[in-house]
Amino acid sequence: MKITDDSPPVLTALDRPNSYIGRSVPRPNLQRLTQGRGQYVSDVTLPRMAHVAFVRSPHAHARIKSIAADMAKKSPGVIAVVTGVELAKVMTPWVGVLTHLKGLKSAPQHPIAVDVACWQGEAVCAVVARTRAEAEDGCELVEIKYEELPAVTDPETALDAKTPVIHAALGDNLCFERKLDVGAVDKAFAESDAVVETTFMFGRHTGVTTEPRAVVADWNPSEQRMTVYQGTQAPHMMQNLFAKHLNLAEHQVRVLTKDVGGSFGIKVHTYADEMATVALSKLLKRPVKFVADRIESFVTDIHARDHRIKAKIGVSKDGTITAFEIDDLTGIGPYSVYPRTSGIEANQIVNLTGGPYTCPNYRAQAKVVFQNKNVMCQYRAVGHPIAVAVTEGLVELAAAKIGMDPLEFRRRNLIADDAYPTQSAAGLKFEKLSHHEALAHLDSMMNYAGLRAEQKALRAKGIHRGIGFASFIEVTNPSAAFYGVGGARITSQDGATVKLDAQGALIIHSGVTEQGQGAEAVLAQCVASSFGVSINKVRVVTGDTDNTPYGGGTWASRAAGIGGEAAWQAGKALRGNVLAVAGAMLQAKPDDLDIRNGIVVDKASGTERLGLDELARVAYFRPDTLPPGFQAELMATRHYVPRAWPFAFTNGIQASYLEVDTDTGFVKLLKHWCVEDCGTIINPQLVDEQIRGGVVQGIGAALFEHCRYDERGQMLNGNMADYLVPMAVEMPDIDCGHVVSPTADSELGAKGAGEAGTAGAPACVMNAINDALRPLGAQPLTDMPFTPDKILRALGKV
Amino acid sequence: MSHFALDISLTVNGERVSERVEARKMLVDFLREDLGLTGSHVGCEHGVCGACTVRVNGEIVRGCLMLAVQCDGATVETIEGLSDSGELADLQLAFEQRNALQCGYCTPGMLTAAQDLLKRGGVPSRDAIREHLSGNYCRCTGYHAIVDAVEAVAQARAGGKP
Repeated sequence: MKITDDSPPVLTALDRPNSYIGRSVPRPNLQRLTQGRGQYVSDVTLPRMAHVAFVRSPHAHARIKSIAADMAKKSPGVIAVVTGVELAKVMTPWVGVLTHLKGLKSAPQHPIAVDVACWQGEAVCAVVARTRAEAEDGCELVEIKYEELPAVTDPETALDAKTPVIHAALGDNLCFERKLDVGAVDKAFAESDAVVETTFMFGRHTGVTTEPRAVVADWNPSEQRMTVYQGTQAPHMMQNLFAKHLNLAEHQVRVLTKDVGGSFGIKVHTYADEMATVALSKLLKRPVKFVADRIESFVTDIHARDHRIKAKIGVSKDGTITAFEIDDLTGIGPYSVYPRTSGIEANQIVNLTGGPYTCPNYRAQAKVVFQNKNVMCQYRAVGHPIAVAVTEGLVELAAAKIGMDPLEFRRRNLIADDAYPTQSAAGLKFEKLSHHEALAHLDSMMNYAGLRAEQKALRAKGIHRGIGFASFIEVTNPSAAFYGVGGARITSQDGATVKLDAQGALIIHSGVTEQGQGAEAVLAQCVASSFGVSINKVRVVTGDTDNTPYGGGTWASRAAGIGGEAAWQAGKALRGNVLAVAGAMLQAKPDDLDIRNGIVVDKASGTERLGLDELARVAYFRPDTLPPGFQAELMATRHYVPRAWPFAFTNGIQASYLEVDTDTGFVKLLKHWCVEDCGTIINPQLVDEQIRGGVVQGIGAALFEHCRYDERGQMLNGNMADYLVPMAVEMPDIDCGHVVSPTADSELGAKGAGEAGTAGAPACVMNAINDALRPLGAQPLTDMPFTPDKILRALGKV
Repeated sequence: MSHFALDISLTVNGERVSERVEARKMLVDFLREDLGLTGSHVGCEHGVCGACTVRVNGEIVRGCLMLAVQCDGATVETIEGLSDSGELADLQLAFEQRNALQCGYCTPGMLTAAQDLLKRGGVPSRDAIREHLSGNYCRCTGYHAIVDAVEAVAQARAGGKP
């Protein structure tokens, strides 16, 4: 652990009486959620609040010939019916590009479609009414005439000359393309003893947050201010975007985010219907609320992971990987999503494939194409589940081909634990990873040898179990390299302000947001520890652009590593300020004093000198008794941004143990393990629960979740009965283990942990299924999700 | 006929309630919009996810599948009432200590469904807990912590270790 020693030699920072770093402190604000007294945006009601519902395009691609709203306007309770053309006068369109993704292009997108609807579900007309039900009644009375246009749905033919171009001004349907060629790939394949080549398919899926997207916008014309209650991961980013596209200054917009019913990357993007709601509030000069219903969620929440990857690996007889090659094709819908773009997932796949291994020869190409389906963008673990599944799928296929144990195969190829700092073939810079230690830990934690013996014994009885692994690396704590350098106003720094109240308790204001991951607990732990107070004296405020330091919010596993460090530093700074006051009151040198358990003590002896309540009383109510010229400063702010490394990479390895019913094709998950290295662990319980939750989302991708479309671009299963998500009974217990390699970029040394589970789980479930079926002569399954029919097909049973 | 309304009287969390409601209004919308009881959540709107689970006449139901007018004369209990009565106190504490919730949106329904199992007595197996809670979707936790919390409360109520 690399926590700077604050007060040597008496106590190290970790041994201080109020050190909460590394402790499983329960989250401070959970009672309001367990008692049903949270405040989600869907719960918010304001005086004069109206509700908006949208008429959405039933076609994947259609020209809007006419919109007749007379009947709807007469419907009981309807306040306004607003078309895209009308709303375009209130809000400017946006284009989702980043300059560092060279060549990435997209078309202007409006809050409500103007002239042409580009996917089934795109809003075409808004109906605002007293209640949501009345708004929906009104929607049924809006008559829209469409001229259906040919729908571009198959990425494989999206760039063909005979395929229509969705946005004529762009010239073609290519959004973004990237190529990478490192080392001597052709030579390496030619000299390999074995080459494995296959195609991996990843089904489109989505986040399915239990609370749908929700926004309440409140334009107050008398103040010229827009207040937006929004379930978002990035309040300051949204403040900027609302202001920009309403032609307001940022200070005229306040974004408030309280409880958020799940986000997972779904709620960090610009959604046309949410932008429309904000614009409607400006237009109608009253609060307007929009809560997506579940069908709207399925056709408008960003989708992700729809990739086809042709992949190839070369190996020598001794198990050395000689080369990796991938060719990625992905269709991202009709627009690159604003402002993070829809090129990032493919870009990440190019960056991350092969990342854990020493192999120097790597070639990749990725094509991102437009199509007439719902948009795709960044969802939890962006690109990682795909890159890991491709890499680890190839690794286990190669190991099987040369007859080597998959763990032994990895031992021969994973970057050595003493090789750091180093970088991957793709150029990713690694400060310190621990692949081999993590693998050894996993090996013993799961009793690998014992499981193999059990597998063999059961095989003899006709029971087919499989063991699969996935080593992985994970991007966390992103610097400005992710978005800022590309021109997006998405900040990578974050801030924390800590204030001593008049009774000696602390209040933290932080720019990161609570999405349920426990960010508020982590912030409280950091400040309580660095300041020296019991955690129950710390209150955390997040999610308010008027009252928190400017920050990026919660995404890319940054809240603990970046927001936590800012809070840690702010706590330290306030401690210095408080000791200065104590020194003045006690006529002592501040350096000779310390704060422990909320009491100022002599550093050397620990003798109690002054309670914080008394200090605060004097500083706030009797400052006249302090020495002349002395001013108490009982509020301190610190900011932090990673500078030494573009990203704090984490690493880990997962394993899945499962049983395949070869008669029905059903997979029974028996157990799952994950060993992960996220640097300093601030709260072990929260880290483990992030991993478990992430693993289950990854399992969903492997076995169940799939946004199914027909060839006309119609989503076929946009409801929770037909779109399957993991249920409790299908999920295994998940054991977590840890290796700790802190980053030296921050004093805390914490890296992110929110996405590692999702990154590795699909790959190891895939590998476990193939391990179970390999002796039966089944073709390797590489087409997620692995539904029973695909498994039976692989077995030749259907 | 969308605005056809009926008068209903029922007991909600021990209080007598008389309201005129639209015939088409679902119980969960009535609780949330008319009574301000926003602890019952709307997730899937068709009886799959369990976020709107409430108790009607002692049985757990989906608030999105039952019309408010069907509750005329009924006794309805929501997470707010079950919290205030203390009936769920040990289960809520176990969820908090085990971090068996993250975003918390599924939690009121999850607690109500778990209590329905625990009321039957005994210590159900982990598989039985998982089976019983499979009508309540959680996207955050992966369920492991929820099963741990429910199991711990079952053991404690049965007089075993806490």
